Amino acid sequence: MKVREFLCKKRKIMQLEQILQYTFSGLSTGAIYALIGIGFSIIFNATGIINFAQGEFVMLGGMLTLFFLEVLKLPLWAAIPCAVAVSALAGLLFERLAIRPLRQPTPINLVIITIAGSILIRGLAMLLWGKDTHAIPPFTGDEPISIAGATILPQHIWILAITLLIIAVNKFFFFHTISGKAMRACSYNRRAAGLVGIDVRRMVLFSFVISSVLGSLAGIIVAPLTMTAYDVGIMLGLKGFCAAIIGGMSSGMATVVGGLILGVLESLGAGLISSGYKDAIAFIILLLILFIRPQGLFGKAESERV
Amino acid sequence: MLEVSGITRLFGGVTALEDVSFTIGQGSITGVIGPNGAGKTTLFNIITGIYGRTSGRVTLEDRDISGLPPERLARLGMVRTFQNIELFGAMSVLENVMVGLHTKGSSGFLACSLKMPWSIAEERRIRETAMKWLEFTGITELADDCAGNLPFGKGRLLEIARALAVEPRIILMDEPAAGLNSKETLGLAHLIGKIRGMGVTVVLVEHDMELVMDVCDRIVVLNLGRKLAEGTPREIQENREVIAAYLGED
Amino acid sequence: MKREPFKFLLFAVLVLVAPLAFKGGYLMNVLVFVGINTMLAVALNLLLGYAGQISLGHAGFFGMGAYLSGILTATCGWNPWLAMPLAALAVGILATLIAFPILKLKGHYLAMATLGLGIIIYIVFNETVDLTGGPSGLSGIPNLAVGSLVFDSDIKNYYLVWTFTLAVMLFSVNLAGSRIGRALRAVHDSEVAARVMGVNARLLKVQVFALSAVISSLAGSLYAHTMTFVSPASFGFNFSIELLTMVVIGGLGSVYGSFLGAALLTLLPELLRGAQDYDIVIYGGLLMVMVMFMPGGLVRGIPDLFRRMARLREGAGNA
Ligand SMILES: Nc1ncnc2c1ncn2[C@@H]1O[C@H](COP(=O)(O)OP(=O)(O)O)[C@@H](O)[C@H]1O
Ligand SMILES: [Mg+2]
Repeated sequence: MKVREFLCKKRKIMQLEQILQYTFSGLSTGAIYALIGIGFSIIFNATGIINFAQGEFVMLGGMLTLFFLEVLKLPLWAAIPCAVAVSALAGLLFERLAIRPLRQPTPINLVIITIAGSILIRGLAMLLWGKDTHAIPPFTGDEPISIAGATILPQHIWILAITLLIIAVNKFFFFHTISGKAMRACSYNRRAAGLVGIDVRRMVLFSFVISSVLGSLAGIIVAPLTMTAYDVGIMLGLKGFCAAIIGGMSSGMATVVGGLILGVLESLGAGLISSGYKDAIAFIILLLILFIRPQGLFGKAESERV
Repeated sequence: MLEVSGITRLFGGVTALEDVSFTIGQGSITGVIGPNGAGKTTLFNIITGIYGRTSGRVTLEDRDISGLPPERLARLGMVRTFQNIELFGAMSVLENVMVGLHTKGSSGFLACSLKMPWSIAEERRIRETAMKWLEFTGITELADDCAGNLPFGKGRLLEIARALAVEPRIILMDEPAAGLNSKETLGLAHLIGKIRGMGVTVVLVEHDMELVMDVCDRIVVLNLGRKLAEGTPREIQENREVIAAYLGED
Repeated sequence: MKREPFKFLLFAVLVLVAPLAFKGGYLMNVLVFVGINTMLAVALNLLLGYAGQISLGHAGFFGMGAYLSGILTATCGWNPWLAMPLAALAVGILATLIAFPILKLKGHYLAMATLGLGIIIYIVFNETVDLTGGPSGLSGIPNLAVGSLVFDSDIKNYYLVWTFTLAVMLFSVNLAGSRIGRALRAVHDSEVAARVMGVNARLLKVQVFALSAVISSLAGSLYAHTMTFVSPASFGFNFSIELLTMVVIGGLGSVYGSFLGAALLTLLPELLRGAQDYDIVIYGGLLMVMVMFMPGGLVRGIPDLFRRMARLREGAGNA
């Protein structure tokens, strides 16, 4: 009798520990989705475009860091800023060479051109770096830390800390700098912003650069955990979009919360239900949100003008 | 024929319309006027089922039509034109009018893809009727032009031709004279008269006062979402509140 | 308008005699795929080119047709001719159900939602191992047969597949020039104006979505019965994008354009055999160049190009 009770209790504790474990790892992948999602939202708010190439900048972050580390033998602290800079340049070129010259910027053409861009970037990455999966060393060792029965890696802490930092900087930029305020003005009303003298085209360019920076940072901090390859951008990008949709395409806290919810649900679902359907969870959430609350979990409905 | 009662519409915190009521008689021409942002287009959008309303009722010949979608209203004989012309830009002028005859045909996916004899006959009929409406509005020679490339004035005429093809009993026009030169406006006034001559009730949002005073039997004045006045053109011209609203006094 | 039947007849004759030019060989096999892909591209074009509604999940409907046909015949032992319409019916019902909520979305949101749908279907193919065989695929699917004629060679499959493809093309050409096609194009240009004219835009979009899915499902069934083997890899996100590329490169809203796009994209990898790893880059580049410089697709871009060249030559002649 006693033994059975003890075993029962132990199993319960183990389950709790497991749930805690899944929640922890879910939060850190969720933070990544949040960063990517904010990137989506920034471009969407400035231009009305959903950038299907967003995920490729995530891939570029990881692959470029690897390139600077392994091929150019830079130390990590130097490799990361170099990778971010090159990704930002790629974002700038993408806007200049693909988005701006578009003669008929209908939604369908924009969807197609950003998809084309993503295929092109992915293809070039494959030609340059091959099809292999690579690992990036963790920022500070891989000695697990034990918290309340769950173990987490130092990289998890890095991810959460860097995400928080980026969100704070992001917030500061949008609310306390001239460029940030101008970009917000564009997102409310592009024409009016143009009329009061804001250079809307520059803001569009800015939005691509900022979101490629955010994307590449996300790709860099997650690479030590999940490995990286030329084609990791597709799934990460789509999950980031999912986070942005949950957050109602906000470039602030709503999307962060969206990313975290997604990360945790996915991790719990994969752990407790079935790992095979892990990726399906994000897309089922995506469809449900789009069907039931297209304005996002926290947003208000808006009507279209005629 | 058309009765609007107690229509209110909020957009977030903005009250675009507040408790607007009026009645429109069969075969009349009614003008709806008011400064920009008064809520005229919003009113049209609610009557024609494009926007929902916060409260209030719309009846068409004693039938409650509030909240019915535009495609149902078209079959009940209500049609409209748009302030910012909404043509089918990739289609020819004739095809635009043929879409107006959509409700006059019945061939579905199957009959159309199999080119059944009756759907071919129906198609011929639709084409001929569409030509008739082009003639009515005086743009026959543009039949094969691309609607997207039409000059502004012709575009307005095409919108009217397309709307008439539905064979409406009531037509609502949102600023049909905006962007027209004085000669074109004159032609429009003539056309509106012809439309009424067919027994079609006309409701008109317009800024061109000369046109409004000229063709309308009655006028409804909106200001800041409320009905300010209603009456014959003469009464409206002499109404102090209306003059004040237009001149910005208080 | 009067030229349409002749255009189609000419095309059909070309399809009929094409095998003579190729005399068997492995190219026959590629031409079977051109037929299947043309069918898929035409289906997507009905939705995207005419009604203006994007789908990035059509590979999913294609795959469902293939798997349903495969499972019903290989696992349950049904006659393929029975399995094919049943699969199409099932896909049609599913597509109708999903179309009502999904087509409320517009533009980018619709693109993402259909993409998500496609990926979910793909994951189901991979995970329901008992039914589909999972990632390693489903084999032993029987060929179609009429009496003692079994469609088991490339040349026989060519005529089988192209019979269906030509029928789908003919139906689509007819539809495009009809009352329904006109209403679809009207919805594409201005949904609100179309509705005011009495076009039930919601219903029409749902119907064309379902029709498009049913044609894709038929293409999937044909694929399963000609290949006798299916695996999830053929029905992933990438293939949805490939279909989109075919439609755009060929020309939105043109049935023959869809054929051009499908033919080009199916033959391209064969022509680029030596440059295998480059194909993805060429794909992306091609798609980008087309959207930027030939937004009307090959069917409109090429005549345009000729006209411009002729004008140039004239100019040179005058000088
Ligand atoms: N879709 C909408 N969302 C939010 N506000 C709207 C919308 N449509 C109209 N409004 C507001 O309603 C008011 C009336 O607009 P409108 O009906 O277009 O005026 P009018 O046609 O008389 O110039 C304006 O303040 C406008 O900003
Ligand atoms: Mg207005």
